Amino acid sequence: MTNLAAANLIEARELRQYFTVGGFLNKKRVKAVDGVNLSVAAGETFGLVGESGCGKTTLGRTILRLYEPTGGSISYNGKDITKAPMLPYRRKMQIVFQDPYASLDPRMTVGEIVGEAIDIHKLASGKKDRTDRIIFILEKVGLNSEHANRYPHEFSGGQRQRIGIARALAVDPEFVVCDEPVSALDVSIQAQVVNMFEQLQRENGLTYLFISHDLSIVKHISNRIGVMYLGKIVETGESGEITLHGAHPYTRSLISAIPIADPHKARKRERIILEGDVPSPLNPPSGCRFHPRCPYAAARCAEEEPSLNETGKGHFVACHYPECS
Amino acid sequence: MNEYLVDVNNERLSFFTPAGEVKALNDVTFHMKTGEVLGIVGESGSGKSVTAYSLLGIVPHPGRMLGGTLMFNGQRLDTMSEKQMESVRGNQISIIFQDPMTSLNPVFTIGSQIVEAIRLHTGKQKRTAWARAVEMLNLVGISEPEKRMRQFPHKLSGGMRQRVMIAMALVCEPKLLIADEPTTALDVTIQAQILELMQSLRKSLGMAIILITHDLGVVASMCEKIAVMYAGRIVEYGTTDEVFYCPRHEYTRGLLNSKPLLDDDAKQNLTPIPGAPIDMLNPPAGCSFAPRCGSCMKICVRETPPASEFSDTHYSLCWLNQKAVFETAGKDEAR
Ligand SMILES: Nc1ncnc2c1ncn2[C@@H]1O[C@H](COP(=O)(O)OP(=O)(O)OP(=O)(O)O)[C@@H](O)[C@H]1O
Ligand SMILES: Nc1ncnc2c1ncn2[C@@H]1O[C@H](COP(=O)(O)OP(=O)(O)OP(=O)(O)O)[C@@H](O)[C@H]1O
Ligand code: SF4
Ligand SMILES: [Mg+2]
Ligand SMILES: [Mg+2]
Repeated sequence: MTNLAAANLIEARELRQYFTVGGFLNKKRVKAVDGVNLSVAAGETFGLVGESGCGKTTLGRTILRLYEPTGGSISYNGKDITKAPMLPYRRKMQIVFQDPYASLDPRMTVGEIVGEAIDIHKLASGKKDRTDRIIFILEKVGLNSEHANRYPHEFSGGQRQRIGIARALAVDPEFVVCDEPVSALDVSIQAQVVNMFEQLQRENGLTYLFISHDLSIVKHISNRIGVMYLGKIVETGESGEITLHGAHPYTRSLISAIPIADPHKARKRERIILEGDVPSPLNPPSGCRFHPRCPYAAARCAEEEPSLNETGKGHFVACHYPECS
Repeated sequence: MNEYLVDVNNERLSFFTPAGEVKALNDVTFHMKTGEVLGIVGESGSGKSVTAYSLLGIVPHPGRMLGGTLMFNGQRLDTMSEKQMESVRGNQISIIFQDPMTSLNPVFTIGSQIVEAIRLHTGKQKRTAWARAVEMLNLVGISEPEKRMRQFPHKLSGGMRQRVMIAMALVCEPKLLIADEPTTALDVTIQAQILELMQSLRKSLGMAIILITHDLGVVASMCEKIAVMYAGRIVEYGTTDEVFYCPRHEYTRGLLNSKPLLDDDAKQNLTPIPGAPIDMLNPPAGCSFAPRCGSCMKICVRETPPASEFSDTHYSLCWLNQKAVFETAGKDEAR
């Protein structure tokens, strides 16, 4: 048991995150993350995909304890951190935010932004060491020492995203949650940033939780993928397995809906168009949460919630009829 | 008479900002036939939206058209009075803006906004307009339209609001629909619903569509022609197959190569386009893609490349296509 746990850097068990919304009289609970099990091995990239609002960001932040979990447990490197003081872990666990502009203080120079992270964790032994560290990390992400004295607005989107990444990496993290790190970037710049993430992982042995709704990028960068729907992981497995042999009807429709940038293939392909809209997490459907939109739903689906079952090696699916799709 | 529904020739348009002149459109030329779907793709800031806005006469201040002609259905748009333009807008050309929330008024119900749009353009009685609105919402796949009509925009999901916008854009059965990033804010599953809907409406109503996006995948399945924009110019134009399978501009090639395909199984590095997108206030001389181009030659940084035609439908602006020309002319400066 201890051995197993130690192999995984991150272990989340039955993790829940509920938000209370509404006023005094009509208080309601949004079950943003509702019983998620997830493990990420050291040096691995775990990709998280799913519709807008399904709980990806919330899950990432709850794992970092930026939100206090409503239930379940999180362990880091074999140690339970669900209630532990986070100070010893803050440095090791970092996040790159989705919007590179909003997350950078416009009044601070790039050097100050990166330097602040170093100061918070008291990583520099002196002024010279601090400067060296700043320059080292800027060069690592493809910026240079001259950029340290400039302000975020003087940079392009791709460069700003690099600043956010430099800030996260300046403190030598082991685990980084990358929350939609390329979605805000011009298509021509996305590949630059993805390559950089991969290079940093090779050099520093980083572990990533990579969140995105762009399945082709997630597939490219991840070893394993988890597909989320309304607060739950409905399918998980090796990334090639999920994209080629996804078994959950939601995964299949997601894959079939991804635009293919190849006209011949795009014309030939059959899309599985889902009916209806994404249901509200305030009031999730009974049984399988996907059943109102699922083309294969049977009576049982509305009553009984399917659990994640292993259908192949390391491939788990939460569906009563995975063979249908 | 003009055989084209849309015929834009040498359009030039600039924004005169306090920091200087932004040449948003430089010699933009394209044509569209009735019922055709044209995709406009390109870098952020390359002029895709401005091209669309100029056709509707809604270019924001401090933008000014400096030259060229805009023809639509045999009428000249760029010299029209505001009053004439108003009758074109909505009746003959409609637009779906990227963000549906900014274009729906939060204090009026969905129904009253659609009914208002119908009455404005057709002068129909309220009751007939209401019935038409219900019919239209049904057509765009909104269930229980009667109930939805009485709701305010914030009660609807993003995908539904976008469909309401489409319904509003279509109530007058325009000849041309401009969809500016209609699905960027949406999930792929909802996006697929909406694209499917636009295709079927195009077939049933016979309207032409300009689809603006930076998603090459969306364009591949939807469009017959593609215009690729970079820094205020259409740098490549052709049928979808021509542009995807025989790209003739280095930016188009870079764009096609930079995105991983879902069925690529090789775990190889992606091929990014190096450098940063251009600064439109200080565009480089010559080909504006030159600073990022791997095949850049001496002439590229000096002179703007001319158009080279490869077929009746395919052209691009890249000096590589002219190499044969200066080689035969004995100019060795190409290298
Ligand atoms: N602080 C909060 N208070 C209340 N509800 C919240 C809060 N943060 C998130 N939610 C709700 O929780 C659900 C999950 O949100 P989350 O941001 O995790 O989704 P996501 O999968 O990251 O979506 P996106 O792809 O749009 O970023 C949503 O319904 C959202 O409205
Ligand atoms: N109101 C304005 N004032 C000044 N410049 C403007 C204004 N509107 C647009 N521009 C400039 O005109 C150029 C073209 O803008 P446009 O909105 O057409 O780009 P786009 O291709 O639609 O980009 P995106 O993909 O980001 O929507 C940009 O460089 C932009 O900075
Ligand atoms: S359990 Fe039923 S409803 Fe849920 S996805 Fe499977 S078939 Fe569809
Ligand atoms: Mg999110
Ligand atoms: Mg635009």
